[in-house]
Amino acid sequence: MSAKRTNAAYSVVEPTTTSKRVAGTLVVLYAIVTMIPLLWIFATGWKSPPDSISYPPKILFEPTAEGHCNLFTTRTRQTDEFIESLGPPRGMCDRITRERNMVIAGESNYFPRFVNSLIIAFGSTFFAVLLGTISAYAFSRFKVPLADDLLFFILSTRMMPPIAVAIPIYLMYREVGLSDTRLGMILLYTAVNVSLAVWLLKGFIDEIPREYEEAAMVDGYTRLQAFWKVVLPQASTGIAATAIFCLIFAWNEYAFAVLLTSGTAQTAPPFIPTIIGEGGMDWPAVGAGTTIFLVPILVFTILLRKHLLRGITFGAVRK
Amino acid sequence: MADVSLKGVSKSFRDVAAIRSLDMDIADGEFLVLLGPTGAGKTTTLRLVAGLERADAGSIWIDGRDMTKEPPPARDVTFVFQQYSLYPHMTVYDNIAFPLRSPARRLSEDQVKARVDEVAEMLRIEHKLKNKATALSGGEMQRVAIGRALVRRPAIFLMDEPLSSLDAKLRAELRLELKRIQRELGATILYVTHDQIEAMTMADRIGVLREGALVQIGTPREIYEAPVDAYVAAKLGSPRINLLPRTAFPNVPGPPEAVTIGARTENILFDGAGAASAEGAVDWIEHLGDQNHLHLSVGAHKMVMLAEPDTELAVGDRVHLHLQAPLFFDGDGRRIGA
Repeated sequence: MSAKRTNAAYSVVEPTTTSKRVAGTLVVLYAIVTMIPLLWIFATGWKSPPDSISYPPKILFEPTAEGHCNLFTTRTRQTDEFIESLGPPRGMCDRITRERNMVIAGESNYFPRFVNSLIIAFGSTFFAVLLGTISAYAFSRFKVPLADDLLFFILSTRMMPPIAVAIPIYLMYREVGLSDTRLGMILLYTAVNVSLAVWLLKGFIDEIPREYEEAAMVDGYTRLQAFWKVVLPQASTGIAATAIFCLIFAWNEYAFAVLLTSGTAQTAPPFIPTIIGEGGMDWPAVGAGTTIFLVPILVFTILLRKHLLRGITFGAVRK
Repeated sequence: MADVSLKGVSKSFRDVAAIRSLDMDIADGEFLVLLGPTGAGKTTTLRLVAGLERADAGSIWIDGRDMTKEPPPARDVTFVFQQYSLYPHMTVYDNIAFPLRSPARRLSEDQVKARVDEVAEMLRIEHKLKNKATALSGGEMQRVAIGRALVRRPAIFLMDEPLSSLDAKLRAELRLELKRIQRELGATILYVTHDQIEAMTMADRIGVLREGALVQIGTPREIYEAPVDAYVAAKLGSPRINLLPRTAFPNVPGPPEAVTIGARTENILFDGAGAASAEGAVDWIEHLGDQNHLHLSVGAHKMVMLAEPDTELAVGDRVHLHLQAPLFFDGDGRRIGA
């Protein structure tokens, strides 16, 4: 056996067993550290309110859907006699809340706030990527007068934290009636994201050789058709990456949302921390709301992962 | 297929003149090769004919019609690029079919298939049609690129160094194939290269470009045997022509105003009639198998000549040289008759 081992060809590209183990351990450790907060939130969502604030924290607990029930409902405290007069509970949440002498009074605002988040985040991402792609193509392919200055100007909008201009924007929005509207928030997030989109996409489009479009145009396609058939498919990796960045920003944005939305157009981030139960914060409901809030961005990223990982496709080219 | 004329075409990029008042006619069915170093304006000429660049002055005629201001799709030309030639997100079939599916044409899918199959057979890539374009070797990619041009049956083929990114063996193979296809189809081809072998073997006529101007145009034989100046003489022939001061060969008869004498490597012999032109010493011998290159010193000057593969010469030997059909150039490099 040992003779075999010494005879085995030594490879400089294959990692050794030891280095594989070290690398694996490090990755697992890192994953644990970064995932503990997420696990904590997820677990809190399934705890009962007393368990959620017990000290020392409970690692093992009896899971309950109470947090999720509280998240989607509003409740009122009632006397035992009144609750008994209602007859048998309708559904699981009804039963859980009655154990705490509560009766479901109606739906909470979580669902409409979640829908607002979806519309505003995906809407602004769509417009930012659309405008970004068109402008990036123009900057990449045409002789735009003052192109360098324009690009610098576009980037300069990101040189300060967006919230620095919150007051002027607040006043402007109030004046033109965009305060607390979905359209207003879509425009705002689009404006913040479009500079990132232009710069990211310009890099990707610069990488696509002009010869592709030129060949298509010589072959009888107009520039617009060549853009659709040749440039867009090859920019798909860049577009997917840009869309994910834009979506993450718009989805998680908190400061503008607090300032500019309060009712009809409020998004989930400013809403979730305001979920109050009896006697203070309803932590299980907050945990449940946060967990559900993470789902769309996770799904979107997983759907586009194939594009992100597909890598550069310029292999058809011999350099 | 059609003829192409360039009349007084000029093009500058910013302050740099790429093409200076170029006049050139390409006959129907002719294989014209533009030869020149990087920056001579070869590619710009192709792009002007294709309509990818707009000429500053002059006019471009294709098939008897003034196309100077027409956009590329209206010109019925096709362009084979040096690289970046295939769309990586499509299969080989879709790549070849791409020009046929353009809105300018509107063929049925059956017609498209028939044409693609025909071209694939001609280029011997039938078995690769379903592959992704990225899954081909370099030679196959360039074959597909040529196929994409052939499938159109355009007025003229424009080819920008289509073989330069391939290795020598493939280049030689595709050179023959391209010439065969051009003969079969009677295609008009404007071909750009800096490779003199491609120019010599494929061209009906060669146009030599220098700094955006056409220096000489003619058959490969004419360009090789009767170059207008030392620049053109040095462009063709490998190893390149020996250009030495007239004074190095005082006993070679020639015109009195000649300043430079040009001797192609195959035109220098060891023994010949009459007195030797000069005497040289062997510095180095390159053995190529089928022939030898002899590097010589003639006085203070270096030159190269061919020798038989079984030569018994050795480094340090002195040899008598006889020049055959030498070329003479004046002080400006222009060739003057003997």
